[in-house]
Amino acid sequence: MCRLFAITSQEPLSPMTAVNALNVMKEGHDGSGVGLFLRDLGGPFEDIKDAPILSGIFTKSGLVRLDSFMVKYGFMTKYKITTSLTKNPPPGVPKRDVYIIRAYEYPEAWEGMSQEDKYDKLVEIRLELRQMGAAEGDMIVYSFWPDVIMIKEIGDPMRVAEHLRLDRAEFNSRIVMAQGRQNTNYAINLYACHPFFLRGYSTMTNGENTAFIPIRDYLQSRGITGYSGFQSDSEVFTHILHYTKHILGLDLEYFKHIITPLQGADIEMHPDRSFLKNLKQTCRRLIIDGPNCVIGSMQDHTLFMVQDRKKFRPGIVGGRPGVYAFSSEICGLDAAIPERDKSTDFQPMHLDTAIVGPDRKEVKICRQTDPLPHQRCA
Amino acid sequence: MQADRPITPSTLCIKDLPWQVLWNKEKCALCGRCASVCPVRALELGVFRKRTINTALNLETPSSNLYSIFHGVRQKTEPQHACVGCGMCTLVCPNDAILPERSDEADKLRYHSNAGGLPRTRGGRRNVKDGILDRIKFVRISMLTDPALDAGRHEFELRTLLGRVLPPEENLKFQRENGWIPPVREIYPLVIGSMSFGALSPPMWEGLQMGVAYLNEEMNMPVRMCTGEGGCPPRLMRSRFIKYVILQIASGYFGWDEMIHAIPHMKEVPCAIEIKYGQGAKPGDGGLLMWHKVNKLIAAIRGVPVGVSLPSPPTHQTKYSIEEAVAKMIQSMSMAWGFQAPVYPKISASSTSLAVLNNLTRNPYAAGLAIDGEDGGTGAAYNVSMDHMGHPIASNVRDCYLNLVKIGKQNEIPLFAGGGVGKNGNLAANAAALIMLGASGIQIGKYIMQAAAGCLGSEGDRCNICNIGLCPKGITSQDPRLFKRLSAENVAERVVDAYLSFDIELKKIVAPLGRSTSLPIGMSDALAIDDKHAADRLDIKYVV
Repeated sequence: MCRLFAITSQEPLSPMTAVNALNVMKEGHDGSGVGLFLRDLGGPFEDIKDAPILSGIFTKSGLVRLDSFMVKYGFMTKYKITTSLTKNPPPGVPKRDVYIIRAYEYPEAWEGMSQEDKYDKLVEIRLELRQMGAAEGDMIVYSFWPDVIMIKEIGDPMRVAEHLRLDRAEFNSRIVMAQGRQNTNYAINLYACHPFFLRGYSTMTNGENTAFIPIRDYLQSRGITGYSGFQSDSEVFTHILHYTKHILGLDLEYFKHIITPLQGADIEMHPDRSFLKNLKQTCRRLIIDGPNCVIGSMQDHTLFMVQDRKKFRPGIVGGRPGVYAFSSEICGLDAAIPERDKSTDFQPMHLDTAIVGPDRKEVKICRQTDPLPHQRCA
Repeated sequence: MQADRPITPSTLCIKDLPWQVLWNKEKCALCGRCASVCPVRALELGVFRKRTINTALNLETPSSNLYSIFHGVRQKTEPQHACVGCGMCTLVCPNDAILPERSDEADKLRYHSNAGGLPRTRGGRRNVKDGILDRIKFVRISMLTDPALDAGRHEFELRTLLGRVLPPEENLKFQRENGWIPPVREIYPLVIGSMSFGALSPPMWEGLQMGVAYLNEEMNMPVRMCTGEGGCPPRLMRSRFIKYVILQIASGYFGWDEMIHAIPHMKEVPCAIEIKYGQGAKPGDGGLLMWHKVNKLIAAIRGVPVGVSLPSPPTHQTKYSIEEAVAKMIQSMSMAWGFQAPVYPKISASSTSLAVLNNLTRNPYAAGLAIDGEDGGTGAAYNVSMDHMGHPIASNVRDCYLNLVKIGKQNEIPLFAGGGVGKNGNLAANAAALIMLGASGIQIGKYIMQAAAGCLGSEGDRCNICNIGLCPKGITSQDPRLFKRLSAENVAERVVDAYLSFDIELKKIVAPLGRSTSLPIGMSDALAIDDKHAADRLDIKYVV
């Protein structure tokens, strides 16, 4: 089983906070890999929030190809984190040439382009790079997005973190999502490693998505750039989140109504039953069938956790104003925020979405049986 | 046969028949029940002459013959009286003295059941035991980290949608702008397929309706039943139970005068309207109700004279092309119920199914597509149509589903598959396999006749006389002497039994796969088969 940990803090934190939390939950994962998602960056990236950052792993020849590719587009490197690697990586961690975290300046030609168009182009470029890398086996690209860093590697999370010296202030950020990974159904492939990222949305999951194939088939048939890959059955959660918010224009409170809609009498009693029934029917192929605990990050720095209908996976949220964390297990939360009021810890159940907004002031619990936000406004 | 009778080409002996009636003289009470119950009058009183030779022990006394007679049962050998193997004689025999047994070789009757140049017609099924559906296994069992679910105690939502589902973007837009959102029904995925009032006897039809109503109102199972082409009793049309009914309109339009007149008096909108363009048992042929079954009641409901055969044309004659027919009929049927009832066509599985489906994808009113495979049953058809025409359902529904996936409309147009589902008794496994191949729901006919009313048909050409109104169980007969053998209440009870047990078995299949939140439509990764070609054809795993 995987273990998840995510934290959102007003003050930038080291990703080691999350890696330590994964470490205390080690009994729950097999140390076969780690994935990190950093957002709302501190350190040197604080002043270049708009600059798209490329995250990935490259061979030397891949790096040469990357440079000429980026130059062709007119991207100029603005800042990069250089990691000098020891000759021999720790046991279980593959030997790599270069881990890239590089912020770019937008090409001059993009000036005047709308933000949305720029974002679309960034997705296209990331996918193009991924394709190039897949052809030659010399590039792995996780994200290419402003204010976002992603690191994924095979091996024990703590050893990987030490190997990459993630305790450096350059990596500090206000949002960290981390997953300690166990491989179950799918072969070890870095693209199958959580968290997943698409156009500002990121999710990571604990559990197995048993409805993966019909969901994948449906997403693939939408004709939306970026609904590809599918190396993991959990990648679809990122796509569904993107679809919910970006394509359908529905807020996060609706996400759970799409992936695990209300059933039977619950939907009949809901004040928005007509809307919800329509949503359930029209988005039927996006219903997940778990068991899954999903943690996700939104473009506006909101962090959330949802459980599927079965609620077979562990998950807890707790903290104090200014810093909140979502964790698979209580011990992970204890390790990260020991000095919190534990009586306010909350374990989201089968109807809940736990949301910590960008202000990080409170945990908002959204039950599916509650009226939808538009109703409250009305 | 007497020695002075001529032997004609069609003179057959008992051995030439498909069924031999084994009769035990020792046990027989000579009550005559077997002969009187036999639907084809295959049995008659037999007067047998027996010679006993008394051989003398010495030369003086001459030997003598003793001639005696005894009475018993004789099997007739004329083609029209050939035993159909229904076994009613065994059922009524107080002493278990009689039993029809299937011939150990191919019968000769098949060459002679065309007297007057008329090929054999019959009811029933294709009579092929094997089928690909029985060979499909469910292999993706959740183990270890993600445990299988408890089929008995976990919650399951095993519902499907019947109706045109708009894509999410359009649905939300139409909700905002008060646009027309097509009606969609949330129903149980196992539908009782179209069997007409006329093909079925009054207690059978009523029993099915009662069972369906009970499942809906007492068991919270939204089961639906299709009327078939024989119209619908106006009393049912005007009742609240019509919402559990799918009304069928087919090329004969039987009963639609009555039905249209009932529309203003209807309290509820029917579940849906099915427009029949074809059926799996006799593709390219219209419905057929033989004159035997057209009595006063049936004639009144269908709006026809008594005692005439009712062959429906193979296609809807008022339209010149199928595309136009589909488009116009869907629209006019939608209009009849104020665009509140889903309207969908039913076709026989065919290599042209994809063309129909593609046509429907471009018709915003098309609410689904029902496809009936070659193993579908019927009340009356030519033997050649049943045995040799048609397309297997599995690959047909799979092709259609994958085509919908390709164009991204797999949630918009539900496919309902029928034809031989559960023909060997494995209803839940067959239904689940078709659902995971891409069907949104399943239609059954023969299975429910067997389970709910004790239909005697089998895949061994047993009985199969539904067409001539002589159904010995009273299921497909309009003769009160026969249909009084069947009680509507008993049928209803068995319908409920069959559905409840199906529900448990379906859960026993989906629970180990980890599925409970939604019906696993298109979950083809769960399926495998031990035939490489079949696996490739269906795009599922090959296992040995």
